[in-house]
Amino acid sequence: MRAKLFIGGMVAVATAMAAVSAQAENVLRWSSQGDALTLDPHSQNEGPTTVTNQQMYDSLVQRDWELKLHPALATEWKPLDDTTWEFKLRQGVKFHDGSDFTADDVVFSLKRAKAKTSDFKGYVNSITDVVKIDDLTVHIRTQAANPILPSQLNSVRIMSKAWSVANNVVEPQDYADNEETFAVRNTNGTGPFVLELREPDVQTVMVKNENYWDLQDYPHNVDKIIYRPVQSNPTRVAALLSGELDFVLDPPVQDLGRIKATPGLTLKQVAQIRTIFLGMDQASPELKYSDVKGANPFGDKRVRQAMYQAIDIETIKKKVMRGLSFPAGIVTSPGVHGYTEALDKRLPYDVDRAKALMAEAGYEDGFGVTLDCPNNRYVNDEAICQAIVPMLAQIGINVDLAARPKSVHFKRLQQRDTSFYLLGWGVPTLDSHYVFEYLAHTTDGKRGSWNFTGFSNARMDEVTEKMLSEVDQAKRDQLVAEAWDILKGDIAYLPLHHQVISWAMTDRLELPIVANDSPNFKWARFK
Amino acid sequence: MTAFIVRRLLQSIAVMLAVAFVSFALFNFVGDPINNMLGQEATTEDRAELRERLGLNDPFIVQFGRFVGNALQGEFGISYRLKRPVSDLIAERLPATMELVTASAILALAIGVPLGVFTGLRRDSWFSRFVLTTSLVGVSLPTFVIGIFLIYIFSVTLGVLPSFGRGETVDIGGWTTGLLTAGGWRSLILPAITLSLFQTTLILRLVRAEMLEVLRTDYIRFARARGLTNRAVNFGHALKNTLVPVITITGLQVGSLVAFSIITETVFQWPGMGFLFIAGLNFADIPIMAAYLVMVAFVFVVINLVVDILYYVVDPRLRIDRAVAAGRTG
Repeated sequence: MRAKLFIGGMVAVATAMAAVSAQAENVLRWSSQGDALTLDPHSQNEGPTTVTNQQMYDSLVQRDWELKLHPALATEWKPLDDTTWEFKLRQGVKFHDGSDFTADDVVFSLKRAKAKTSDFKGYVNSITDVVKIDDLTVHIRTQAANPILPSQLNSVRIMSKAWSVANNVVEPQDYADNEETFAVRNTNGTGPFVLELREPDVQTVMVKNENYWDLQDYPHNVDKIIYRPVQSNPTRVAALLSGELDFVLDPPVQDLGRIKATPGLTLKQVAQIRTIFLGMDQASPELKYSDVKGANPFGDKRVRQAMYQAIDIETIKKKVMRGLSFPAGIVTSPGVHGYTEALDKRLPYDVDRAKALMAEAGYEDGFGVTLDCPNNRYVNDEAICQAIVPMLAQIGINVDLAARPKSVHFKRLQQRDTSFYLLGWGVPTLDSHYVFEYLAHTTDGKRGSWNFTGFSNARMDEVTEKMLSEVDQAKRDQLVAEAWDILKGDIAYLPLHHQVISWAMTDRLELPIVANDSPNFKWARFK
Repeated sequence: MTAFIVRRLLQSIAVMLAVAFVSFALFNFVGDPINNMLGQEATTEDRAELRERLGLNDPFIVQFGRFVGNALQGEFGISYRLKRPVSDLIAERLPATMELVTASAILALAIGVPLGVFTGLRRDSWFSRFVLTTSLVGVSLPTFVIGIFLIYIFSVTLGVLPSFGRGETVDIGGWTTGLLTAGGWRSLILPAITLSLFQTTLILRLVRAEMLEVLRTDYIRFARARGLTNRAVNFGHALKNTLVPVITITGLQVGSLVAFSIITETVFQWPGMGFLFIAGLNFADIPIMAAYLVMVAFVFVVINLVVDILYYVVDPRLRIDRAVAAGRTG
């Protein structure tokens, strides 16, 4: 009887304690505009999807909030010869289901990322084979030397082979299928948080992985993350102001002042790895959307330079961006390897010089052209274009603005159905090569897939390809610098500015802001 | 009777096909899903390959034929955005929309009818004038402004109601309901008021107009002459006779409540079908958009069909006239 009472008392105390600790639980409630598209880590290479998945899945290497590379599931790596990298794996790491992480999982995951239905092929294209040497060593063979392989592998998450085989998700979701695969709403990673609940568009709940291998380096105190997307801007801000949210990833520009002025809320800002610029079709014999017949004014560098110098970027910064932009001289941002401040210096804003250049090129009377612009992709994208129209009118260029939703805008660009367009470019590998490969290389089906200008320069192509396999860092840096000189010297693009990102959060939360706009909650701390 | 229904059914099918055709044609203008589906790293070859695999390169009429064929089997394909079967997604979102629409309809009736009766009976009281003036707000302000206004007052300033979401839900055999939890009820209040405001105003003004009309009729005057109590006259005779058009309009308005709910659901992040549609629109998620439009059209067609048949059953004149025309009587 006494024993029973004693046990009863213990249970009561334990219950009371559980209640107290439940109350003291640190729950991070956050929101952004759009939900992750899928939890399959190789299916969608898209911002919000990556943010969600990186809380549950690790890669071989990781970046800190200054975007420096650090060991993650791999402890060290080195090139053995020109085409082989050796990766040593971390011992004692466990997946969320309790199984051990081994070389088999790495071999499997990298091959999965190469599958036809994977959206991460771009990061693993250079890999020809992945070989398990022992349980904690893999060799990665590449087509040619690939010095940036580690930074590419930062984007490729590691899944469990046994789990994937058991659940029939050896390949990522195929759009042509009619069935949902298991990996779309279920996860099994090695990451800092474990999935508890997934309701697409409603909420995603994760709890702390108490056995996380990196808890010593990042001893965070977040017990639970509740992510609830809110599409409507005013509602999302209202929820932050009313204390229903602790963190908003994408507060709208017009509300930043209000958030800053609210006691209990903090605003963090940093230059984003994304540059906004204008591109022009400079190769077609005649522009598709212009009143100039039988000639292409954009083919003349003087015209491109005139347009460049007619754009008053400081006014755009002040009036359109409310101070939240850094005027750009090249089409990549600080933080990307190969960027220098000297390169980022703009040609001066000088309307007289621009007019003179137009006259020299034989267009003193100007011409008309259509500018294609997205209206829901970049910060104030349509407003930027609206500001540019009167600026170019000063030098006689009559711009007809066509602002469209991104799904229409990008479709037209992909079909090269444009003469003059606005585009933004981010660099996930943080290496200039990524810019040249997509924006500057001649379009050939594989490379230059976002080069809609028709810009084609044999030396540029050569340098871009060499860059990929040059292992000597000094020589490679020289190649990068040369490529920038070609691209900038030719004024192939009209750079506008680097975007600034803002995160809004409660004072109680410490969370370092990252230039890739991708929060990592294992760095978070509640005060 | 059978011939009438068959003819009606055939007409409905024609309407459905026309709606399907128009909505499908529209999707050629919402843009290319490929760019959203493949990341920016995809090569031109990858894009071309996926277009081919999804059949987006086929002629329009072939794509449309395939779509109708699949739709007839209840098969709308897989959502490009969420990578899940469209039929699953719609089944999952249906309860949220139905609960919101039902709550709004009840709210609209519960507020609209009494206020309509009152303003009809006491035309000149200050309260009636006040109600009628403020009811203009309900007609003239767009839904999203009302929604944000309510959020600002009740969530941000007073901090008493949640600004978004559906609260905790309980799953009963695949039907998720928010009606069994306190959080669910609290979450329902603001969206339901927002969505119901327009309908409330409509019903209020309709009831008032009908009351004024009926109160002038002879049988009401006779009823008063007979010395019946005000209560019996106003509610037993007048109100009863105003309710026929009110019920018809309310029934038909349920369809537009579903349609209006798109905006309310977006403002409050209410996870219903309208929200699914809007999110799909931004992504050029063609399977979702096609399925949603066809489904809404189907709801309207069914409501209209039922109403037609009910008229036929309820109104004897329709039947007699027909018989006369056939020369069987008279």
